[in-house]
Amino acid sequence: MKVFRVMLAGIAFIGFLAVASVFAQDALVEQLSVEQIVNNANAAAYYQGNDGKVRSRMVITDNKGNKYVREFIVLRKNYGVNGDQKYYVYFVKPADVRRMVYMVHKKSTPGVDDDRWMYIPSLDLVHRVSATDKRNSFVGSNFLFEDVSGRSMADDNIELIETTDENYFIKKTPKDPSIVEFNYYTMKIDKKTFMPLDIKFYDRQNELYSHIQVAKMLTIQGYPTVVESIVRNPKLGLQTVMTFTDIQYDIGLKDSIFAERSLRRAPREVRK
Amino acid sequence: MKINAILILAILSVTFVCVNVSQAEAKVDEQVYYDISDQLDYELYEDPQTLKVFEETLDAQINGFWELRAGYRLQNDKNEKDMSISEARMQVDIFAVRDWAEFHFKGDFHGSLVDEEGHFDAREINMAFSPHDDLDVKIGRQVLTWGTGDLLFLNDLFPKNWKAFFIGMEQEYLKDPSDAARFTLYNDFANVDFVYAPQFDPSTYPTGEYVSYFNPMLGDFAGQNAIISADRPDRLFRDDEFSYRVYKNINNYEIALYGYNGYWKSPGGMNSSMTAIFPDLNVYGASIRGKFADGIGNLETAFYDSAEDRTGTNPMINNSEFRFLAGYAQEIGQDLTISFQYYLEYMLDYDDYVASVTGMGMPVTREKDYHRLTCRVTKYMFYHMLKLSCFTYYSPREEDAYIMPNITLKASDQVALELGANIFLGEQDHTFFGQFENNTNIYAAVRYSF
Repeated sequence: MKVFRVMLAGIAFIGFLAVASVFAQDALVEQLSVEQIVNNANAAAYYQGNDGKVRSRMVITDNKGNKYVREFIVLRKNYGVNGDQKYYVYFVKPADVRRMVYMVHKKSTPGVDDDRWMYIPSLDLVHRVSATDKRNSFVGSNFLFEDVSGRSMADDNIELIETTDENYFIKKTPKDPSIVEFNYYTMKIDKKTFMPLDIKFYDRQNELYSHIQVAKMLTIQGYPTVVESIVRNPKLGLQTVMTFTDIQYDIGLKDSIFAERSLRRAPREVRK
Repeated sequence: MKINAILILAILSVTFVCVNVSQAEAKVDEQVYYDISDQLDYELYEDPQTLKVFEETLDAQINGFWELRAGYRLQNDKNEKDMSISEARMQVDIFAVRDWAEFHFKGDFHGSLVDEEGHFDAREINMAFSPHDDLDVKIGRQVLTWGTGDLLFLNDLFPKNWKAFFIGMEQEYLKDPSDAARFTLYNDFANVDFVYAPQFDPSTYPTGEYVSYFNPMLGDFAGQNAIISADRPDRLFRDDEFSYRVYKNINNYEIALYGYNGYWKSPGGMNSSMTAIFPDLNVYGASIRGKFADGIGNLETAFYDSAEDRTGTNPMINNSEFRFLAGYAQEIGQDLTISFQYYLEYMLDYDDYVASVTGMGMPVTREKDYHRLTCRVTKYMFYHMLKLSCFTYYSPREEDAYIMPNITLKASDQVALELGANIFLGEQDHTFFGQFENNTNIYAAVRYSF
């Protein structure tokens, strides 16, 4: 028992250091390397809290004005900052995919593929998805899977272009341009929260083809959280508005939620 | 009256205050940090919720679809109509979540021009609950699936509907529901699934009613003229089925052991009056699925113990078999996946089978081993609005094949258009797919989902 208590104290101390270091960041801000900035930005965008729940809604408008709605509930659990993650995605809309589930065990180690499953309730079928390519459209939107769960930081060469009082401007160039459809992309990052506020992807002709903008950000349970964002694809005339509601952090999601059981029967956290 | 009005007002106020309080509580930990939404020129869209009133009344999720589906044979079949399918269908799906259980009802109303009748099929009527933290129970009519094969089933002995499959119905209808109780026990050592069906649910197989087949007795193709009738074991709680599975995930390699005690799911023999029967069958098997090379690999085996002909000497009943499956799937381009499977059926006691069949003066129609290959190609385009796919079964020795190309276009969130074909090819009339040659058809469907 004593050993256990000492360990707990140790963990608490490490936790304190982590919190302290966040507060200290303002003071150290100028000394951050570009890698640290990008690491922090990735953590801010995809790793808030130990775990979390969100109801995401995407409204896609095409060049003819047609609207498509995607709505799903996401449970996420982190295994270390910028480490592995598990995602459980429960579909609400459109009607033909209702109660379908997409589950991902995301691997942060470069070169290691994620594990992915799809559950099709009408067939009670647990399908193992072979997806090495992360540049796939996420549930039929102009979001890519990487936009939802994050792009591996090892995939890009990064440079700091500019620093202002409020923002960092980063340029990322893929190390292997053959597997992606962009030449490079730029990010405007909020200095205080490290949240990427504006991301622009440029295609092979160096023309802007995808523009992601954060419209509204809240601090929820102390965590900076994007609650509205918009993606525009000017060349295709597509626009996607994303809204995030029902956000909760640190709800104590068990590992067992991210397993076959939850595919066949949704866990309590998403059932309603 | 006054007192009532005051009471209602009081209750409403209290409710209102409570709602306000709870909203206030929820917002306590939220602060706006950054907001440029008024600069970005967009609006939030509320999608029309036509069924909202019903959903609120029932406190349930209501979905479903309307569908029109028509298909034609591409050649003359003297035993069947030119129309392979022609139907209007409405599915209603009601899913209600309560604190202690979920209730699911899904039913199809459909009218067909092929048999000129209206039908109702209940596909799901069940409740799911957890009497204990580590136990899930689902009781009632339900669709059940397990195993690793893609359109090949070794240890999945739950009922299939091959007839629906052959005439181009949506994939959902390949599975017939079971009336069963499913118990799943979770623990760290291994999870255990147990399914009890009190009455045998056979698969729906081509009987000649919709799909013509090769009838060895007639030595010719047959259809409406020779509808197969079978003697199905149907005594409640006596002609029952047990299915079980023990499974564990080790580093995301999914390992499972399976068992089944029941009957051959489509006729596996004949009785002395030459009526098709479903002899006793036990199945024991295993599977593994996980990452392999640059994709997903799976292996599955099953031993089919034909309990009424263990020696293999009864020519009227299927022999025992060993079945094996190896599969591999890989994404080879953006939203483009290809998969292959190899499948083997290996008859045990083959010499006894040959001896018994020739002893009866009947022709030897089966080989000792039967090999089948499958290939699936799936491509999504335009943000998954367009799906192109093709699944092919091919048996090299029999030189027969079954090819299923399909194009599905989602015109909107509600409307989907589908165009596809079921192409049967075969050198010989009696082979598994060759016998369906006259059923080669194309079909089209439009579906409105709500």
